[in-house]
Amino acid sequence: MSEAFETVHADVIVIGAGGAGLRSAIAAAQANPAAKVALISKVYPMRSHTVCAEGGAAGVVQAHDSLENHFNDTVSGGDWLCDQDVVDYFTHHATEEMVQLEHWGCPWSRKEDGSAAVRRFGGMKIERTWYAADKTGFHILHTLFQTSLQYPNIHRFDEFFCTDLIVDDGRCQGVIAIEIKTGDIKVFLGKAIVLATGGAGRVFRFNTNGAIVTGDGMSMAYRAGAVLRDMEFVQYHPTGLPGSGVLITEGCRGEGGILLNRHGYRYLQDYGLGPETPIGKPENKYMELGPRDKLSQAFWHEQRKGNTVPTPLGDAVMLDLTHLGEAKLLQRLPMICSLARHYVGIDPAKEPIPVRPAVHYTMGGIRTDIHTQTEIAGLYAAGECSSIGLHGANRLGSNSLAELLVFGKVAGEQAADHASRQPPCNNDTLLSFAKDKVAELTALREQKGTEKASRLRHEMAAAMEKAFGIYRLGDEMQTGLDTINELRARYKQVNVEDQSRVFNTEFLTTLELGSCLELAQVMATSALQRKESRGAHQRLDDYKTRDDEKYLRHTLMRYSPDGKPILDYEAVNITRSQPKERAYGAAGEQQNKQEGGS
Amino acid sequence: MTIPATDNTSETAPSKSEAGITLEILRYIPGTHSEPTFQRFEIPYVEDWSMLDALGYIKDELDSSLSYRWSCRMAVCGSCGMMFDGVPKLACETFLRDYYPRPIRVEPLENFGIERDLVIDQEPFLEKLESVKPYIIDAMANAPSGKPGAPAGHERETIQAGENRQTPKELALFDQYSMCINCLLCYSACPQFGLNPAFLGPAAISLAHRYNQDNRDQGNADRAPALNEEDGVWSCTFVGYCSEVCPKSVDPASAIQQEKVRGATDWALSWLLPKGAR
Repeated sequence: MSEAFETVHADVIVIGAGGAGLRSAIAAAQANPAAKVALISKVYPMRSHTVCAEGGAAGVVQAHDSLENHFNDTVSGGDWLCDQDVVDYFTHHATEEMVQLEHWGCPWSRKEDGSAAVRRFGGMKIERTWYAADKTGFHILHTLFQTSLQYPNIHRFDEFFCTDLIVDDGRCQGVIAIEIKTGDIKVFLGKAIVLATGGAGRVFRFNTNGAIVTGDGMSMAYRAGAVLRDMEFVQYHPTGLPGSGVLITEGCRGEGGILLNRHGYRYLQDYGLGPETPIGKPENKYMELGPRDKLSQAFWHEQRKGNTVPTPLGDAVMLDLTHLGEAKLLQRLPMICSLARHYVGIDPAKEPIPVRPAVHYTMGGIRTDIHTQTEIAGLYAAGECSSIGLHGANRLGSNSLAELLVFGKVAGEQAADHASRQPPCNNDTLLSFAKDKVAELTALREQKGTEKASRLRHEMAAAMEKAFGIYRLGDEMQTGLDTINELRARYKQVNVEDQSRVFNTEFLTTLELGSCLELAQVMATSALQRKESRGAHQRLDDYKTRDDEKYLRHTLMRYSPDGKPILDYEAVNITRSQPKERAYGAAGEQQNKQEGGS
Repeated sequence: MTIPATDNTSETAPSKSEAGITLEILRYIPGTHSEPTFQRFEIPYVEDWSMLDALGYIKDELDSSLSYRWSCRMAVCGSCGMMFDGVPKLACETFLRDYYPRPIRVEPLENFGIERDLVIDQEPFLEKLESVKPYIIDAMANAPSGKPGAPAGHERETIQAGENRQTPKELALFDQYSMCINCLLCYSACPQFGLNPAFLGPAAISLAHRYNQDNRDQGNADRAPALNEEDGVWSCTFVGYCSEVCPKSVDPASAIQQEKVRGATDWALSWLLPKGAR
């Protein structure tokens, strides 16, 4: 029997209140001040994972830079799997979003003359990364959250955990949520829904992500009939702290930090990123300023060669910032200093920081068109949960904060516009649909099973790390997928021991695990089927190279009730940049010269 | 005894535990418990473990009903504030090794209502934050081509005119106060807030001060009523414990003192200057 629930009506419903969700809610509230915008989040907005972004947000601003440069860096960084119309829209609108944030009070770091400062970042030809010391995500999130407080038509529902989208007649018209504080179920009905629920890094064991990054929105959309795209592309950030995986920003290298192996050798020169640049004189797209996929892969090789440094928390390489001096470190990288001190007992002004790659970002997500519209009418997606086609096979650092602003705004405006053109919801049909879903939810909560969710979670994360890490092998991936499928079967027998209602985090983490397992299967299947190596998807079996003939295509995955995702592909939108060799360091320079580029 | 590594701890956590440590955690589940009581947990002692790792171990291995908020593990999301031996701290930045071998008492943040176990009711803080209007007011008037009182559609034009100038010196006037992660440790430390829950409190005042100090903002007068009323800055008796426990060195105590000075100056000026010139 289904339990009773309350219904909340809104025009636009935004799910997730991190950077993308808040930007979206503000855009919707501005576009139509008469519209009721419900902003639903499983945590208070300032706890959202955007808060952890450190290094910065990209937007062309210098006279000797150009939108074309940003376009080219993004497309080659993504190994040509980016939709180029989307990249163009993005580069054209990124800078105005940085300015907008500035007007809203974001404390961007400044140059002496008072203009905004930009720093170097990996894979970016010219410095264009706006930053607020090394807490850029924190400041963007708090600026957006605090700004959102002045819009009376944004109605926040903090600590409401969304479980299922309500789709009727081909239109998305609501969502079911648990009010965490009471355990009561609420049904939100609206005319347009924006998903801004973030990534799914917690599918993997060793990651830079917060506990909440469990792919709930991706899974909800997938189960409701939306398409997941390019899910095999999972980014390893080259510099996480050993043990915890806590992120050590790329901004460290942007400021001139260098990476050393156990012999004190700058090993990146052996991996197509050299020649070595002088210490204290970083050069864009050389050495430590190469893209994340290449740097993480170099670590893997160094580890195999026995060149990494064994530490009590596992193998590492050394990120040396000592030459930057204490004053600059405290000014530009204060949080890094504090994190290093607390979590590995190191003062970066005196000693190098041990680091190793950690899962950081899901390039793939819910497929949308350039207007953030998904397959389902009335459903939009923005930020890490979406796959709008910006990042391709490997995201460049500082493009994701810019993305959530640019496309968060688009999603909010699109949703507000869509909502204004919709007839009122047909309550009876929607509520009867909701009733069935609520009954499933109640059944799971009350189920007496035999499996422990925490156990399944550990096994999933370990299996994914083993089979779908920096390098992948066909037979290992098959074993990984088999394990995930077994875990999915065991999940059906999961037992929620805690039968109380108020703030029942065991039940919520069990639901999160369900989403993670759904996505793990999609990632694994997508990876196994992509028989080439591109960007963050690198194979060591028979498919070591990029195969544009067969795989210059996006992977699509559709949900099927029988538990086996349905695989398909679609063309990449290439407008003017034809695929070529990805080259960095001197090789990149050479390639530029041959093409007569600047 | 085998110690499975939790999601966020080292793969190299020792497989055999030589030593253990005791956590006494305040438990309260409405509808199940009639009142909060302490529950003892014996867990392995792992030198690298933060309190958050320890709580994760308990939740995964010993008692799945233990509830607490957490996310980032790196002291920036502000979720995991609690009391350790009576002192408010972030669980992710507090380590077993600093207490070992003594037992550790873990309680929810003081001065707040308990929703369950270590989870406190944060709603009162959100209301206080909102009441100080923590956003740039009248930014358009300051934007290069902006005009005071311009309608919302004007935004487009001001964006194209580019960013406001703000020198590093001007930034330094408020930067520190913008570092507040809303973790609420300062409210737990504040004896005044303990006595008077209506007190605006350290974090909300710091954030008001952050905007008041920002050269792009013209909202001082809009924030003055909340700051200067009885439960505003004047409730503070300058104990200063808020600044001591702040994990981000925001120094709310100094923000409050500066806002007191501003409030007193505005009051004095209100007698000296004709209306409208203030």
